Amino acid sequence: MIDDKYLYRLEKGETFHILDQDGSANELDPKLPPDVLLKIYRMMVQARAFDEKALKLQRAGRMGTYPPLSGQEAVQIGSAFALDKSDWMVPSYREAGAMMVKGVPMKLQYMLWMGNDWGNRIPDGVNCLPVSIPVGSQTLHATGMAWAANVRKEKNAFLCYFGDGATSRGDFHESLNFAGVFQVPAVFLCSNNGFAISTPVVLQTHAETIAQKAIAYGIRGYRLDGMDVLASYVLAKDALDRAKKGEGPTLIEALCYRFGPHTTADNPDLYREKEEVERIKKEKDPIARFRNYLVKRKLWDDQKEKALIEEIDRLVDAAAKEAEKAPVPTFEDLVRNVFAETPPYLEDELNYFKKVSGGGKP
Amino acid sequence: MMMNNVQAVNDALMYEMGRDPTVMMMGEDVGREGGVFRATTGLQQKYGKARVVDTPLSENGIVGTAVGLALNGMKPVAEIQFSGFVFAAYDQLISHASRMRQRSMGRYHVPMVVRMPFGGGVRALEHHSESDETIYTQIPGLKVVAACTPTDMKGLLISAIRDPDPIIFLEHIRLYRAFREEVPEGEFTLPIGKARVALQGNDLTILAWGAMVNVSLEAAKQLQKEGINAEVIDLRTLKPLDKEAVLNSVKRTGRVVIVEEAHRISGFGSDLGAIIAEDAMLYLKAPIIRVSGYDIRFPLYKLEDEYLPDPHRVAVAAKEVMNF
Ligand SMILES: Cc1ncc(C[n+]2csc(CCOP(=O)(O)OP(=O)(O)O)c2C)c(N)n1
Repeated sequence: MIDDKYLYRLEKGETFHILDQDGSANELDPKLPPDVLLKIYRMMVQARAFDEKALKLQRAGRMGTYPPLSGQEAVQIGSAFALDKSDWMVPSYREAGAMMVKGVPMKLQYMLWMGNDWGNRIPDGVNCLPVSIPVGSQTLHATGMAWAANVRKEKNAFLCYFGDGATSRGDFHESLNFAGVFQVPAVFLCSNNGFAISTPVVLQTHAETIAQKAIAYGIRGYRLDGMDVLASYVLAKDALDRAKKGEGPTLIEALCYRFGPHTTADNPDLYREKEEVERIKKEKDPIARFRNYLVKRKLWDDQKEKALIEEIDRLVDAAAKEAEKAPVPTFEDLVRNVFAETPPYLEDELNYFKKVSGGGKP
Repeated sequence: MMMNNVQAVNDALMYEMGRDPTVMMMGEDVGREGGVFRATTGLQQKYGKARVVDTPLSENGIVGTAVGLALNGMKPVAEIQFSGFVFAAYDQLISHASRMRQRSMGRYHVPMVVRMPFGGGVRALEHHSESDETIYTQIPGLKVVAACTPTDMKGLLISAIRDPDPIIFLEHIRLYRAFREEVPEGEFTLPIGKARVALQGNDLTILAWGAMVNVSLEAAKQLQKEGINAEVIDLRTLKPLDKEAVLNSVKRTGRVVIVEEAHRISGFGSDLGAIIAEDAMLYLKAPIIRVSGYDIRFPLYKLEDEYLPDPHRVAVAAKEVMNF
């Protein structure tokens, strides 16, 4: 259990962290077994590779708008590793890394950004909702699902992701309020990457931190170094464990940075200095930080790194190719999924569609 | 000056903010970045952060505070980044913006404009392609404008800002950069509530707005080759509707196709059909046909062409009313 001294209080705004940039760990190091550490590292590298490939696909016109995650690998991968299989993930649109840890294949995630509705069909047995595009709307679903777990006496916890912009919306406040009142087993994880598109966080809230908003709802709030994968794991695990013990919800503000644009449709040069981005990339890269830790513990070297990168590049390429070849739903598939049972008026529309389009492409 | 729709919107805002110091622009990313479509580019540099405001990310906050700003002497122009995100602000639109004048029996009023990009056809993400104009036209006390050409964008936006009542100003995403035309410089307004004849013809009347005007014009071109002369009417304003323009054309041609991108059930097209049936029934030579989106969620982009009405579907419908 994490010491209460890390609990966010107005007068002391420390950030929960374990790793320094050089890879040395403080006394909070969970001393995870080597195979787990290597799995975590692998997923961070994979998330980065997934991201870089997506940007290339988008530039080549093979993918639509895509929201890059690079820079946010630590908070995503660390927290997602803290989930048990029976726990639930409620993602925003930027959580490709967390989702792959949870078991959503890369291929499906590429399909989604390639405009294929089947990409939103989460595989059975994977407890994850589809990405939510309206900012912050998913926070209420997390509260509701967690509430249901209480009512049904199930011991699952719910991890909900969103950005700093989402904290301006009523949905966010309403979800924390309900979560507090009904003491639901949910963890709200805000990846504060400093911006909502071009809008800096100082124009999002006049509060010193986002974590402190927990106080108003009577729940725990922490400020996390979101570029530190071990800290992300430990804090999320602690909050999820407490949730499962019936100790109620937690709000975590993870400080991180997105290296790329908001989405591929965005031009960050209008609101960020290129030099700042380059400097932060160099000084704070969450993957480099964790690699330093692994090297220090003699679990990693250049040769292993090279082999891993090659392997992952192959996986990512294969996922992209499969996604491009994957079948697209038919119009009928869409119609059949509006309701459990298709009403007559939709049958009529389907028949009309077949008539005007020759049964397929118009 | 030659302008596309984005430039026309920008020009209208520049002009009106320069003329009237109470005009304010507000919304997500509208200041420093100039909006995700760059419709507000340069406004903040010119008029400052107090009048061109990057707001917190909250549609309800934007619309609700705009109501308050308007109540206290400002003329807010609020941008909703994509119309698919306005729904959280519905309470403010329905319960307050639209009814302040009537419920205060004329004491208070809300001179605001809510600008929003709508419509599909540019391979956008989920929730970025909706056309939900009917949901606005159902609200008493709101005016709804859906212009198509750069000239209309400019003239109608300036009129909307000067209008004493709340206006939903819809800008079709697909039309933002679709074409340019000569737009009058400086002072220029167009009346809200007047339709435009986009193409004259005598055989049938096609009613459309937004991007569907261009789709209809495209269809009319095809029909011409087959000897059918369609009249295309760009409604420009859905509410108040230019009933006279609609009925005049329908009474002359006796045949009607209504083209809308929105879902079919309870779409604005249903209303048009009912109005024509009520007021021009005896002039009709064929049933009214609607070409519309389907009653499914707007698909992700691989299937968007199948959802969206296209010239082919409009032409099929036109031939059906001709051959009735
Ligand atoms: C309700 C809503 N309004 C506007 C948008 C358009 N939009 C998409 S992402 C975004 C910024 C979100 O910023 P933040 O919550 O900080 O998350 P980040 O994208 O930085 O991860 C905006 C304004 C949206 N998707 N949903």
